[in-house]
Amino acid sequence: MANALVKEIERLAKGKRPLRFMEVCGTHTVSIFRAGIRQILPPNVELVSGPGCPVCVTCDEYIDKAIFYAQLPDVIIATFGDMLKVPGSKTNLTEVSANGADIRVIYSPMDCIKIAAENPTKRVIFLAVGFETTAPTTAAVILAAKAQGVRNLFFFSAQKLVPPALKMLLSDSAVRVDGFLLPGHVAVVLGTNAFKFLNLPSVVAGFEAEEILLALINLLRQVDEGRAEVDNEYKSVVKAEGNVTAKKILAQVFETADDEWRGLGVIPQSGLKIRDEFADFDIERIMPVEVEKVTRKTACRCGEVLRGIVTPKQCPLFKKVCQPLNAIGSCMVSVEGICAAWYRFSG
Amino acid sequence: MCLAFPAKIVAIKDTLATVEKSGVKRDASLMLLPDAKVGDYVLIHAGFAMQVVDEEEVKLRDEILNKLEFSIQN
Repeated sequence: MANALVKEIERLAKGKRPLRFMEVCGTHTVSIFRAGIRQILPPNVELVSGPGCPVCVTCDEYIDKAIFYAQLPDVIIATFGDMLKVPGSKTNLTEVSANGADIRVIYSPMDCIKIAAENPTKRVIFLAVGFETTAPTTAAVILAAKAQGVRNLFFFSAQKLVPPALKMLLSDSAVRVDGFLLPGHVAVVLGTNAFKFLNLPSVVAGFEAEEILLALINLLRQVDEGRAEVDNEYKSVVKAEGNVTAKKILAQVFETADDEWRGLGVIPQSGLKIRDEFADFDIERIMPVEVEKVTRKTACRCGEVLRGIVTPKQCPLFKKVCQPLNAIGSCMVSVEGICAAWYRFSG
Repeated sequence: MCLAFPAKIVAIKDTLATVEKSGVKRDASLMLLPDAKVGDYVLIHAGFAMQVVDEEEVKLRDEILNKLEFSIQN
């Protein structure tokens, strides 16, 4: 099956100028590597990775604040496992945990309600990191916590939105892309309509190798036909309007705000901040903390990697001092980080 | 981070569904997908059902893939 798809890609790519398509989803990045898709594409079709991993774009300051909260007495930090090794300016959550902080890895944000109920004398803080796929689940838990009168559960949001980051990439002259493979599960929530501003060939893709190849065929056909539209190759779960209930709950609990992305800087209206109505659940308002802004001196090129300007191999630290067990940049930390995928799959 | 998997709803109580995948049962919240019904395949992310899987679309996709393979081999 995949052979037939690759042949079709070769046929469509023949005689075309070099084309660069960007995926902006860490799960796509891993699927592409696992299936060896980069290696079987014709030489004039290049796949580059963009800022598709929410953990990788979480900035030092957020990690430093999370570490501050984790070290307070009677605090339990609840987090997705990916966050444990993300470097802050001095240390990371794994080291803080080894020194006695109570840090619990959870599967669902809903687990936080149970942890809060089982530990009534402690404050439970959930590190809410994620894109549009995950953010509605956090919003739903905040609604549930409010309805149940939970008083010892708080949220520390670094949640981010994908479309503003794509807008920023398009305005950056150093970023050269001819089309986007759009993130399938972000699109489950947002719907294809949310990406209509792109003005480049764009295709929402599923995560099987065949689905990614099908999306690439669609991108090449759009180039052939001179189209620049948002097409959907993941119709089984992605609708034009997305998940209306999830979007409604998200907007009920969060509002947009300017937010800093590691390696990319501040992107206007790209972050999700808890609304005033739910301020009792916002740890930044209940317990505001200032941490020293530290600019780390490092040759790490995560910022350029995240914009598809360089590949990890062009970073002087890659595979040398920067490895999954000793990550300098956050792209090496998460299993879905670009550098981690290159480390694991590119020999 | 945005990993998700399809599973079948086998029971619903209030906003909590029991879903089954490869013989393993677990809970999934229906807060983000209140119209889901027992028997639906749903996409699960972080303990929440995010969307009903449209089985017709899965079939259509497979047909497109088969057609493409047939047309290229012949």
